[in-house]
Amino acid sequence: MRLARIQVVLVALCWPFAAFAAGHGYPLQDAGTDVSNLPSLQRGARNFVNYCLGCHSARYMRYSQLAQDLALTDDELQENLMFTGTRIYDAMVSSMPAEHARIWFGNAPPDLSLIARSRGVDYVYTYLKSFYDDPSRPTGANNAVLPQTAMPDVLAVLQGRQKPRFESKPDEDGNVVQHLVGMEPVSPGEMTAAEFEGFVRDTVTFLEYVSEPAKSQRRSLGVWVILYLLMFTAFTYFLKKEYWKDVKG
Amino acid sequence: MPSQQPNAPAGGRMQALGAWIDARFPLSELWKEHMSEYYAPKNFNFWYYFGSIALVVLAMQIVTGIFLTMSYKPSDTEAFGSVEYIMRDVDWGWLIRYLHSTGASAFFIVVYLHMFRALLYGSHRKPRELLWIFGMLIYLALMAEAFMGYLLPWGNMSYWGAQVIVSLFGSFPWIGNALVEWIRGDYFISDITLNRFFALHVVALPLVLIFLVVAHILALHEVGSNNPDGIEIKKTKGPDGRPLDGIAMHPYYTVKDIYGLAVFFLLFAAVVFFAPEMGGLFLEAANFEPANPLLTPEHIAPVWYFTPYYAMLRAVPAFAGTQIWGVLVMFSAILLLFFVPWLDRAPVKSIRYRGPIYKVALMLFAASFIVLGFCGMKPPEQPFKAISVIGTIYYFLFFLLMPWYSRIDSHKPEPSRVTS
Repeated sequence: MRLARIQVVLVALCWPFAAFAAGHGYPLQDAGTDVSNLPSLQRGARNFVNYCLGCHSARYMRYSQLAQDLALTDDELQENLMFTGTRIYDAMVSSMPAEHARIWFGNAPPDLSLIARSRGVDYVYTYLKSFYDDPSRPTGANNAVLPQTAMPDVLAVLQGRQKPRFESKPDEDGNVVQHLVGMEPVSPGEMTAAEFEGFVRDTVTFLEYVSEPAKSQRRSLGVWVILYLLMFTAFTYFLKKEYWKDVKG
Repeated sequence: MPSQQPNAPAGGRMQALGAWIDARFPLSELWKEHMSEYYAPKNFNFWYYFGSIALVVLAMQIVTGIFLTMSYKPSDTEAFGSVEYIMRDVDWGWLIRYLHSTGASAFFIVVYLHMFRALLYGSHRKPRELLWIFGMLIYLALMAEAFMGYLLPWGNMSYWGAQVIVSLFGSFPWIGNALVEWIRGDYFISDITLNRFFALHVVALPLVLIFLVVAHILALHEVGSNNPDGIEIKKTKGPDGRPLDGIAMHPYYTVKDIYGLAVFFLLFAAVVFFAPEMGGLFLEAANFEPANPLLTPEHIAPVWYFTPYYAMLRAVPAFAGTQIWGVLVMFSAILLLFFVPWLDRAPVKSIRYRGPIYKVALMLFAASFIVLGFCGMKPPEQPFKAISVIGTIYYFLFFLLMPWYSRIDSHKPEPSRVTS
């Protein structure tokens, strides 16, 4: 992808200044998302309405926009993605009441409209893959990226359950501290590891799209704008040269 | 049918319209004075593009700002959502918003390069002191404009950034707390603060900026432009009274500046379309979460264009029971810039004819400003704290010792005519 490369160069130019959100020391994995991949987006939308929307809203996202951008007809949309009794111009709002959620989980599940922008896709991707069994938690699960998370391990049915692998390392003061270094499977889920990775990647791709629905349009339009400006720059260069013959000569 | 003459010369009607206007408004006179018969030195180089670019960026910010205002809601419950509404539901809203947010950073890049040009070629020296002061006032107004504008999206970084910067005024003795309450209009950053920042951002400060820019250009056209040789082209005039080394602003510099603008917009568009967040520099990740008075972002830092001063603020330790010293250092760092025309005592203006001391001092100054900006983005840890202290000391020494080192430096003789 040439576009991706341009972006990499631009980001690399300012890399020394960029401050990346650190996930409490647990290394984030590359989400490898591509918002221009339509099938991935469609699968991600399906995953989102089936596994996320029960608790989480994306209240800045409208179903109608979704249908348009994901190349779905209104019927396809209503049959496959709209389960909350809403109409097509409505936003993707969860039917779980926030006050109840606060009582059940201790925390209202955050709105996911912008999660891929505020935390980054790698964060969300690694977060969804890094739940592990922890009997000390009320939900029975903990998370390596967001320790003490209030969210239960809802994807365990697909991923299977995991247990943490700790390594003991001395810290600066010489105290031995347990570092979470990875996960080991405890019991299998409905999906293989590769299938689950694809599932999470599709879901995060969808969240990336939801965080900025215009992203694909922005990039494809950008190519034309740059091409136009290249031509315009060449034109103005020769115009300037022509006028400046009087001065240079 | 109106009485149209079939063989009227091309432009005959336009000329008649021009004469009609000129009898009532000095249109041709203004055009001649500022464009077709304003003579600028013919040896402008790369560094002379940024004035016209800054003017166009200001115009772009005003136009995109007007369109944003049509859909933005300055209220603590609606502001964040209305920005997302612009990004999603308003036709081309995302483009207008990115032009405006990228434009803010671009404005500072252009203005910093424009100011550096003045330090390179002595553009602030007599007779252009007032021109420089107008420019510094523009810089001040621009900082206020950017600071207030940053609160408007009502993201969590907007909120806490404003909280930190406004509370700096609280360190002033006696009046501190009252001053902070007066600025916020409340006991914390609230809906009231958002509304007044909105008013200042969209009405008051743009008016101030436009007024100052007009004054800046009028002062420039009164004294004439400096140039990379730092000599006055008005000293050598031809028999027709025009400077021999001057060329008409229009068409020569209008076509040249259009070329400069085209290159600028190429780079600008690359950011707008492919990296509008600029890796978190232009749009910070924490600002995609709504303002939350109960949840401080992991690490609060202002946007990059303020970070050199933020680093200075943090470089100064609190003593005698108050943090005012850092605030004073930060404000005096900006205030000091106003006095540069009188601090510089060199007999020549341009770096081309100045000695090695100024050349090295200026390059180190540019480096220290960038390094301070970098440290200002980092958490207040070592080694950034130590580097900030060194950078701050150097920043002040550069200006405060200028009267001395600019005089003892060796200088080359200036040419009498501009070199190409």
